[in-house]
Parts: sequence; structure tokens; C-alpha cells
Amino acid sequence: MKRVQFEHSAIPYLFVAPQIIIIVVFFLWPAAQAIYQSFLLEDAFGLSSQFVWFRNYEDTILSESWLQAAGFTVLFSALVTFLSLALALLLAVKANEVIRGASTYKTTLMWAYAIAPPVAGLMGNLMFNPLIGDLYKFLNAIGWDFNHKLDSFDAGFVVVLISVWKQVSVNFIFFLSGLQGIPKSVLEASLMDCKSSLRRFWTITFPLLAPTTFFLMVINITYAFFETFGIIDTTTRGAPGGATTTLVFKVFQDGFRGADIGGSSAQSVVLMIMVLALTVVQFRFIERKVHY
Amino acid sequence: MKQLNWRVITTHTICIIGVIFMSLPVWIAFATSTHSAETILRNGLQFWPGSDFLPTYHEALFVEGGVMKSVLGITMLKNSLILGLGFAIGKVIISMLAAYAIVYFRFRLALPLFWIIFMTLLLPLEVRIIPSYEVVSGLGLLDTHAGLIIPLIASATGTFFFRQFFLSVPDELLEAARLDGATAWGFFIDILVPLSKTMIAAILIIMFVVGWNQYLWPLIMTTKEENYTLVIGIKQIYQILADGGELPQYQKAFALTILATLPPVLVVLVFQNWFVKGLVESEK
Amino acid sequence: MSKVQLTNVRKTYPNGAEAVRGVDMEIESGEFIVFVGPSGCGKSTLLRMVAGLESVTSGQVLIDDRLINDVSPAERDVAMVFQNYALYPHMTVRGNMSYGLKNRGLPKAEIDQKVTEAAKMLRIGDFLDRQPSQLSGGQRQRVAMGRAIVREPKVFLFDEPLSNLDAKLRVQMRIEIKRLQRRMNVTSIYVTHDQTEAMTLADRLAVVNDGKIEQMGSPIDLYNNPATLFVASFIGSPQVNLLPATFDGQHLISGDLKLSGFGDLPTSTELVLGIRPDELRLDESGPFLLRVDIVEQHGSDNLIYGGVLGAMNDGDQETEFCFKTSQDMLPDLDSTLKLGFNDERAMVFNKVTGERLR
Repeated sequence: MKRVQFEHSAIPYLFVAPQIIIIVVFFLWPAAQAIYQSFLLEDAFGLSSQFVWFRNYEDTILSESWLQAAGFTVLFSALVTFLSLALALLLAVKANEVIRGASTYKTTLMWAYAIAPPVAGLMGNLMFNPLIGDLYKFLNAIGWDFNHKLDSFDAGFVVVLISVWKQVSVNFIFFLSGLQGIPKSVLEASLMDCKSSLRRFWTITFPLLAPTTFFLMVINITYAFFETFGIIDTTTRGAPGGATTTLVFKVFQDGFRGADIGGSSAQSVVLMIMVLALTVVQFRFIERKVHY
Repeated sequence: MKQLNWRVITTHTICIIGVIFMSLPVWIAFATSTHSAETILRNGLQFWPGSDFLPTYHEALFVEGGVMKSVLGITMLKNSLILGLGFAIGKVIISMLAAYAIVYFRFRLALPLFWIIFMTLLLPLEVRIIPSYEVVSGLGLLDTHAGLIIPLIASATGTFFFRQFFLSVPDELLEAARLDGATAWGFFIDILVPLSKTMIAAILIIMFVVGWNQYLWPLIMTTKEENYTLVIGIKQIYQILADGGELPQYQKAFALTILATLPPVLVVLVFQNWFVKGLVESEK
Repeated sequence: MSKVQLTNVRKTYPNGAEAVRGVDMEIESGEFIVFVGPSGCGKSTLLRMVAGLESVTSGQVLIDDRLINDVSPAERDVAMVFQNYALYPHMTVRGNMSYGLKNRGLPKAEIDQKVTEAAKMLRIGDFLDRQPSQLSGGQRQRVAMGRAIVREPKVFLFDEPLSNLDAKLRVQMRIEIKRLQRRMNVTSIYVTHDQTEAMTLADRLAVVNDGKIEQMGSPIDLYNNPATLFVASFIGSPQVNLLPATFDGQHLISGDLKLSGFGDLPTSTELVLGIRPDELRLDESGPFLLRVDIVEQHGSDNLIYGGVLGAMNDGDQETEFCFKTSQDMLPDLDSTLKLGFNDERAMVFNKVTGERLR
């Protein structure tokens, strides 16, 4: 809040109006629709619908395919978050140590940020193409009977690998700037207090990076939940047998491909609640951070 | 001394492996795109660039029926540019105005309106995708630039970013400007906008990349081929490839992949410092 | 040429905090008034209410007999120099100085002429096309003043304008501000917490404490005749020496010390004796025995600090005196000095109310 503000009746409303109008029309109204539709059951022709309370929720969310997707989403998110954070942290720490060539490493490690998830998915798709894909041939050559079209573990491997690859650069940028934000004097003091560089990292550097890490965890979970849609849709499309179907992909599949509006809406509402929970956690944490 | 050298070597080795991991797939995609379809089918992916660069890219961009039935690569490139630029510019304007009102004015609905903007964070497109589609189609905006761009630009990220920046602008500037007789609009245009130049640039860059890379929304919004963006277009090509048929034109698919990747990557590389600053600051 | 009047001005913040609790003041045309006080005393709030940057909770603010409580800052015809200068960082010096005039719709030629004139006066003519970031602190300070001058306002307001400068520059700019104000003869209000700045600049000084004017008058008057303990200890450097004491009907008693010659004082309350460091003198028959702790050599004179033996203690802290003397006086540490004082000029205060009794 500013110490001095303008006091006008109309001007501020004019200024916020464009954003508020768009939000109401394209955010709040559709969200309300989703909630409303999640309680409706349409007949097969979409001609009439009836209010069915929580039946859509029961039907879809308790269904085996939804539970399978939920299970995969949790596992997938955990793997993607952990692996891409760990990899990015390692690279950021090393790139931060480098004296000569630091900016070259920085540039070449972060530029993949600009690649769209579906484009990354498509590139990965061709790398794993049975006809021409080197990775496909390589994995089979080293004795792994690799076939992501049929084997659900192999399919999971493909989407996790591509999703991690796509996310490393964002995490890298934040870790690097977090590392550069640690006061030099603190590191110099730790240099005098502790001989082992590994120990210094885990006792001084890593705790100081905790806010960045936590923030990135939230970002990465959100990414794994939502943005990986583009990767899944361009690689496995949830196959084989729904083994790599995430919750978001399922909403899309059921709603657009399957035209099950009620069920898809119920799933959307569940997703909204998950985002809400994630945001609450994030803000609780930020509040705590303020007290430090 | 020996120990030190050992450390330096490990560090560089890890960095180089990281760089290879991040860059090799894209390089291979590029190298392969410069070979003929036969070579690729016979010998697989290529590491060294071949001789078919010009014909492949020319066909991908300018020849009708080259990659898709009716739409040219250059048209998709144009659509992507419109989406990226329109999204970035629209977002900067809308969020700057809103942030200005919230930070610099005292008005009754300031807090509730702030919360409405905040709520967009809780409602990513993915959770309201079908009703959003219905709203846009109800407004007759399917297959239009406006219908594609406007629903995307209202989310809170830009507004929060500018709010944060405005709060860091010293109060005395507004006070001095008021003593100098500046009006609310005058202060915004004469002082605040020029002051935010770097921030605007950073947000433009980030949002251009975000807009260019949009996938799910354009996917459901565009039904006609002539409105495809590159990101959507190449997906369709892969679809065709996957469906089989005659000799698969992998090199063209790779060429379009590179075309879809190049503009945002270039923007990020050229404006690297602004981009990193904007990205890191916006998440505070 | 304008006068400023404040009548029972109060400021209460929405959270209930009272920043200004009833201030009355008349500032004559062309006068240089300084508000001085510790941080948080309300002096800046008072200034900002004159500027129109802070609303007035109750009371009246008048410029030239016109009530301006609800007039917008831009229409009050005042100009302000801020502590951090508040220059528009993206505009050149010329842009900064002409912005206010442009907003008033002055013709370009006139703006140019005024800016050039003011720049000449402040000797920043060579920097007119530079950005603030290319200027030194002192130059920025001049630009901030230039921005105020070109407007030819009725009142100049200064909000601690020198506190971001280094010591040497501060003295230089202080003199320059004074010279400029004399030359332009514009009514000025200047806020500072630095008593040297206040003493040297002011025609009249208002000591502000806890949202109220503690005393107002010429600097020398406030130094010689402080009305309260607060004013006495705030004005004067080094600070006045304070000795807690009581009165037994004849003598001032402080621990083992017995001082006479103070006439009649109340016996019922705790008192404080105030003696300025330069009113102390070496005197074999004097009442104070000072144990030398520290000797500061300032060049022209020396300041000798030490505990007063036998004096009443204020809590755990030993009562300490500062003795201002000539540069050749260099006692050994831990030696003792016998000191007397000029009882004509000694001050006695009521310790509880702070009221001056003698």
C-alpha cells in the first residue's frame, strides 16, 4: 500500500475494468459452469439434463480409470519434480563454481526454457520412434526390451524423461539466481568454519536455498499436473491402456473426445480443489518466510 | 594444487554433460531436418547436417501441400507471431493498468477486485476448459485472433509482477509529481511507464515465449487449418506421419519443429539478461 | 511573499496514532522556519500537511489567508525538496525542472527561460541534458532545488534535504540554501533532526516533540532560554550537562554535593540542574570533582568527559559531565579536575514535567 494515493471515484474502476471483465467472462463464468455441470447428467443426445447431485463425482472419481490416472499423476509429479530439481541443482551449483566460461554454460543450460512442451514431446517422440529413433534402438541394443507402445513402464519412462528435460532449465535459472543471491561474506565465513566442501553445501548453501527450493517445488508440481499435457498428448496419449494418463489429460479426453460433460466437469472441480490446496500451502509458506 | 585441478575438471565435466543433455536433441532435430526422407528412413537420425537444408525449409514454409493439405508453413509462423505478440502486448497493457489502479488509488472495491484477479491463479485453463470453449464459441469467437488471445491475457501473473514493481517505486516520486501538478493519467504516462521500461521489456519477452508456446487453448479454439499456429501445426503433421501412408516426410516434420523452436529461443538468448531478471523477479 | 498560518492543526491516523496534536503557528512572509526534533516527533507530518501530501484531521492550514485544507497539492503553489530528492530518474535535468511548468501549461519559450535562469543560479547549467543517474549527490541535490525554484512557489518546503550528503557537502549546501533563500526571499519551512543545521539556517526555530511545538523562537533565544528540559537537551552541541538533584530549602542537593545560590525552588519534587559544557571552568573552590575518562581534541578546543564524583546517580548510570575547554588543556586519564560553573547561566528543571524553574 502506498503512503499517498490518488482519490478518485471513477478512474481506478476504468483502469481495472478490462482485466476484470475478461476474468469474469472467461474465468469465473466458465468455472461456475464447470461446477454447475458437474452436478448434471445429460442424456445421450445432449437434449436434456437432470440434476444428479454428486453422482458424476461418484461415477467418475471412484471409477478405476480415474483412480489409475490419479495414481499415475502423483507418481509422475513426484518423479518429475524430484529429478528435475536434483538435476538442475547439481548443474546450477557446478555452473556457479565455474570461473571461466560461466556465461556460456549459463546460456546453453537455460535456453531450452523457450521450447514448448508439445514441441519437446514431438522431438522426444521421434527420438523414440521404432523406425528411426536412436534412443529406441540404443535401449534395445543394450539389452532392454524397450517398447513404449506396449509396455507401461517404458511409456512412463518416456514421458518422465521428456518432462524432466523440459523443466530442468527453469529450475536451473532459479537455482542459479538463488545461489548468486547468497551473500559472499556468508560463504567466506563458512569457508573458515568448515573444511569439507560437501558438508558446507549441505549445512550452509542448501538451507539458504530452501525458499527457492520450496517455491520451485510448487512450480514443478503445477507443471507436472498441467503443462505436461502437451508432452503426453504428443507422445503416448495416455497409452498403453491409460498407464500414462494424467488427470488433466483425462479431463480433456473425457470432455472432448468422450463428450462426457458431467463427468469431465466433476473431474475439473476436483482439480480446482487440488490447485486451491497447492496455493494455500504456497501462501502459508510465504507468510512464514516473511517472519524470518 | 592437484586437488584443485581435479575439482575444476569434475565441475566442467558435469557442466558439459548437462549442456549435451540439454542441447543434443535439438541439434539432432536440426541436423536430421537437412537430410532427405530416404536417408532418414534408411540410416535413422543424423548427427551431421546434410545438403537438403534449402529445399526442405523452402517447401515447409512456402509450398502448398508441402506439409499439410492447405496451410503454408509461413502462415502458421505468422499465426504464431500474432499469438505471441498479441498475448505479450495485451497482457502488459491490461496488467499495468490494473496494477496501477490497485497500487496508486484508494477506492472502495480495491480489495475485492484484487482478490478476483488473484482467483485466476486458482483456475488454470485446464480445469475449466470445456465451459471456456462453450463461452468462446457462444460469443462467435472460434477461429478468431481475438478469441484466441483475449481469454489468455487476463491471468494474474502480469498484474502481480507490476504491482510488486510499483510498490518498490519510491513514494516521493508520486508526491513530487503531484506537487508538479501531474494528473492521475499524467503520472502514469509521464513517470510510471517510462520508469517501468526494463520491467515491460522483461515481461514482454517472457509472455511472448509463453504465448508462442500455447498449446491446449489453440488446439481446441482453432478448427480451420489456416488458423493453426506452428505448435499446433506440427502436431498434425506427426499425426499424419504416425498414420503412415507413403514415404514418411520426417525431414519436414523436423524442419517445422525447428521453425517452431527458433523464434522463442532466439528471443530468450538475445534478451537473456532481461528475461532472467523478469522471470526471477516476477516470482517474488 | 506569503505567510503561512496553522491553527490547532491535528493529525490522527486511521489506526489511532496521533502524529500531530494541536499546533498553532504563524509564519511571516519571507521567513525561514526550521522544524527540528527527534525522528517520529511529527515534524515531517506537519510539513507534509502544509504540502497537501497528508490530509489534515482537524484545524486549519492557511496560505495568504486562504484556507487550503482541501486544496490539492498542485494548486497550493508550494514546492518541496525531498530527502531522497525524488528526481524522475528517466528524465534529464531539464525534463525534471520543466515537468511542473509543462503541467501548468506554460509556453515552451518561457519554460526554457526559467529553467536556464534557475540552472544558472544553481550552477547546474552544464548538466541540463544529463540524467540524474549521471550526477553526484550534491548535483542531484541542486537539481531537486532547481525543480522547486523554477516554479516560483509561494512557499518552499524542505524535508531533510541534506541528510543523504556527506558531512563536508552538507555544510556547503547548507550555506547555499541559506543564500538562495535570502536572495529569493521566499517563505520556507525546513525539517531536520540535525540541530546544527537547524541553528544555522533558521530565522525562527520550532522544536517539535511528541506531536507538539515544545518551543518556538530564534535559535540563540532557544539556546539561551530553553523553556523545557527537552529543548535544553536538544539544542546545543555538545549536549547540556544534567545533574539530578533535590532542593532542601537552601541548597541543591545531589548525592554528596551541596550547591547554593539558587534562590527559592520547590522542595517537593525531583529536579535537574543543567549546565552547558562551556559554562564549566577550572576552579579549585568549585563544587565538582571530575574524574577524567576521555579527552576529545577537536582542534580549537578540547572536550573532556568524565564521571562527577559524589553526584547523585540516575539509576545505575554514573552522572557524566562534558567540560569544554581550550586546546592546551590535556589532563591525564583518571586524574581529577576541580570544576566550578557560572551559576548565573545554570538552569533548573522540574524532572517530572520538564518545566524550567530557573
